[in-house]
Amino acid sequence: MSETIKLRKGLNIKLKGSAKPELEPIAVPGTIALKPTDFPGLTPKLKVKADTLVKAGDALFYDKYHPEILFTAPIGGKVVSVNRGERRKILEVVIETDSKAGSVEFAKADPASLSGEAIRQELLKSGLWPFIKRRPYGIIASPADKPISIYISTFDTSPLAPDYSFVLKGRMDTFQTGVNALAKLTTGKVYLGVNNESPFSAIKNVVVNQFDGPHPAGNVGIQIHNTNPINKGDVVWTVNVQDVLIIGRLFETGKVDFTKIIALTGSEVENPKYYKTILGVPVSVFIDGKLKNSPYKQRIISGNVLTGAKIKTQGYIGFYDQQVSVIPEGDEYEFMGWADPGINKFTASKAFISKLFPKKEYELNANLHGGERAFVLSGQYEKLVPMDILPVHLIKAILVNDIDKMEQLGIYEVIEEDFALCEYACTSKVKVQEILRNGINTMIKELG
Amino acid sequence: MKFIKDIFEKTHPLVQKGAKYHWLHSVHDGFFTLFFVQKNTSKSGTHIHDYIDLKRTMGMVVLALVPAILFGMYNTGFQHFKAIGELASTGFFEIFLFGLIKVVPVIVVSYVVGLGIEFVFAQIRGHEIQEGFLVSGMLIPLVMPIETPLWMIALATAFAVIIGKEVFGGTGMNIWNPALVARAFLFFAYPAQMSGNSVWVPLNETDKVIDGYSGATPMAEAAAGNINFSVSDAFFGFIPGSIGETSTLAILLGAVILIITGIGSWKIMVSTVAGGAVMGIILNIFAGDNVYMSLPFWQHLIIGGFAFGAVFMATDPVSGTQTEKGKWIYGFLIGLLAILIRVVNPAYPEGMMLAILLMNTFAPLIDHYVVAAHINRRLKRAKISAN
Repeated sequence: MSETIKLRKGLNIKLKGSAKPELEPIAVPGTIALKPTDFPGLTPKLKVKADTLVKAGDALFYDKYHPEILFTAPIGGKVVSVNRGERRKILEVVIETDSKAGSVEFAKADPASLSGEAIRQELLKSGLWPFIKRRPYGIIASPADKPISIYISTFDTSPLAPDYSFVLKGRMDTFQTGVNALAKLTTGKVYLGVNNESPFSAIKNVVVNQFDGPHPAGNVGIQIHNTNPINKGDVVWTVNVQDVLIIGRLFETGKVDFTKIIALTGSEVENPKYYKTILGVPVSVFIDGKLKNSPYKQRIISGNVLTGAKIKTQGYIGFYDQQVSVIPEGDEYEFMGWADPGINKFTASKAFISKLFPKKEYELNANLHGGERAFVLSGQYEKLVPMDILPVHLIKAILVNDIDKMEQLGIYEVIEEDFALCEYACTSKVKVQEILRNGINTMIKELG
Repeated sequence: MKFIKDIFEKTHPLVQKGAKYHWLHSVHDGFFTLFFVQKNTSKSGTHIHDYIDLKRTMGMVVLALVPAILFGMYNTGFQHFKAIGELASTGFFEIFLFGLIKVVPVIVVSYVVGLGIEFVFAQIRGHEIQEGFLVSGMLIPLVMPIETPLWMIALATAFAVIIGKEVFGGTGMNIWNPALVARAFLFFAYPAQMSGNSVWVPLNETDKVIDGYSGATPMAEAAAGNINFSVSDAFFGFIPGSIGETSTLAILLGAVILIITGIGSWKIMVSTVAGGAVMGIILNIFAGDNVYMSLPFWQHLIIGGFAFGAVFMATDPVSGTQTEKGKWIYGFLIGLLAILIRVVNPAYPEGMMLAILLMNTFAPLIDHYVVAAHINRRLKRAKISAN
């Protein structure tokens, strides 16, 4: 075990409604969907059309520029619709589930006995490849990449995040299988970021780095930066904990099994806890009868409150999301709100009395709490990013589209989640994540 | 509350584009957002946002200015009654009331002129009223001598808002501190009316000044070769000077508020004081028989506009440096230059205003070098790992 890396910068946002360590299985839902919009920069090409019958593991669509990257059905059934948005952009491929549809058979083997190439092919064919993301840019890894390392963060510090040591309880063997498979894909090592007293410390075939600090210490980007920072030309892959498990199951059983545990959290949830379900599940299974009966509007988020996506009640959970958060919408006027002493107003600043009660949990809504302004204050973002990066200057370089500066100031090392706290805390309500993604898209376009 | 909200909501359609009263849109919006935090919710990005906004931030700065404002009012009366020799026979409230009546018109003129211009610009540009002037409008009166004619205050405020801020694009875009632009404008445009000993103490034509009373600030006295102010008077603020700058104690209270709420940069405050002290010590060493140079270095920190500038002006986040390392350099140089200009400049025995304006000008340069050093360090890291 290496020594603990202490991170001082950052902020834990304490919200009401964290999931209790209880697990409830949910019956297979009537429909599930895969959303190409979950993958930034993807141009999907369909392989199926309405009424096509599919088995679990059959390809639904693929990446136009990397046709070998397939996106497969998490469960068997019949494709009922392909929902499109503006300019015929594919939004959802919906499958009506059928328990008798069966699944595609893939090779069952111990990853230790397979070559890197065989593992690569197995992941591509089974549709598990999209679980592997790459830095720079936070997009799906290219099969041609030669990653110098693979990073997995085993804890999540974002608000109301699920506890992975609970989620993976009793399934560490499968996780180990997944790790072994991934280890064959890099010339370097697999790095595991763990927090204090983590059961993941026992995993073998990896380098374990222990981290201690507030959010975003659990973000994989922060962990990479504080151990082996990415330089120009480097490619590092990252995979979520639960997705490693899915990879492990493929090699153990020879079948795709997209079972996932999703935490239902937030102050608007009657009984926040964990649910065992499947990837692409409709959000309705989490909200029907499980939310508080509030007189005001509620906001349903696939993911956490910092980086998640707002979804409609008939929407589906995102591909990479591990939780559903429900908070009050907060679309109400507040009289002289800016002058309130603020005993119930959690803040990253020190300008409200709530700062005196560091242990309190808060019920925060989606109100902006102020108008958008030009950058006025300085020094706010720097306190929230535990990296040797100047966030404001990077954001400004993106705003003026200065590619050299973006590169010099570290755009290869960050994705939206790493700067999400800055957006939360910004006095001027600057849309930091949106700006950063625009910058990343510029880099992809200009440099490929 | 609902009553007020209804008024705003009902009148809202009348000020929209194409409606009859659209020319009042920015005014309507300005007051609506002042009374009510709007119901806008997050459309993209993070779903939760901090409760802090620019109104809260600026409100905190104004709150931090309150001790200096109140003391400034009292001191205005105090200097008046001291000059005519009636201090002992006048009660506390009478003294305060005299100052109140003198100071309030200055504040009113500053806000009315400044906000008026802001409303017009917001309307023309079609954006929301920005809160920067809430603070500038209070800072402008506090850095003026009490006897500055109101028309000059109005002119200086207009100059500061238009040339000092709006030409650059409004709040957040300006390169100089608007309040200091106002002060500098008067200083250079009306030097005759803005200097001398009579501007600091309010006197009516019929008032008879007692023998031996000059009304000069301690700095003017020191520059002329007499150091005769009492340290406690200078610290508590019973000395002539601009309305808000005399009481180091009141300013320190403001500094405490700014530092506790995290709104003012303690780094800039500390480094400014350090810079001032260092230059004071240097001057002390080479003083010879120059009286002003031999003024004990720490006394520089409690006279004139030094403390006020360090706490409320140098810390302006827009015109100051943006990088954390830059803040140390920026503050230190302000302190250094302020005392140097103060002592060496023969024309005017104060240097804080010019030092801050000068460093405002150089703040982007300091930031540029801090960022360049940061980039170099990152490049080195890349080379090391490549080897």
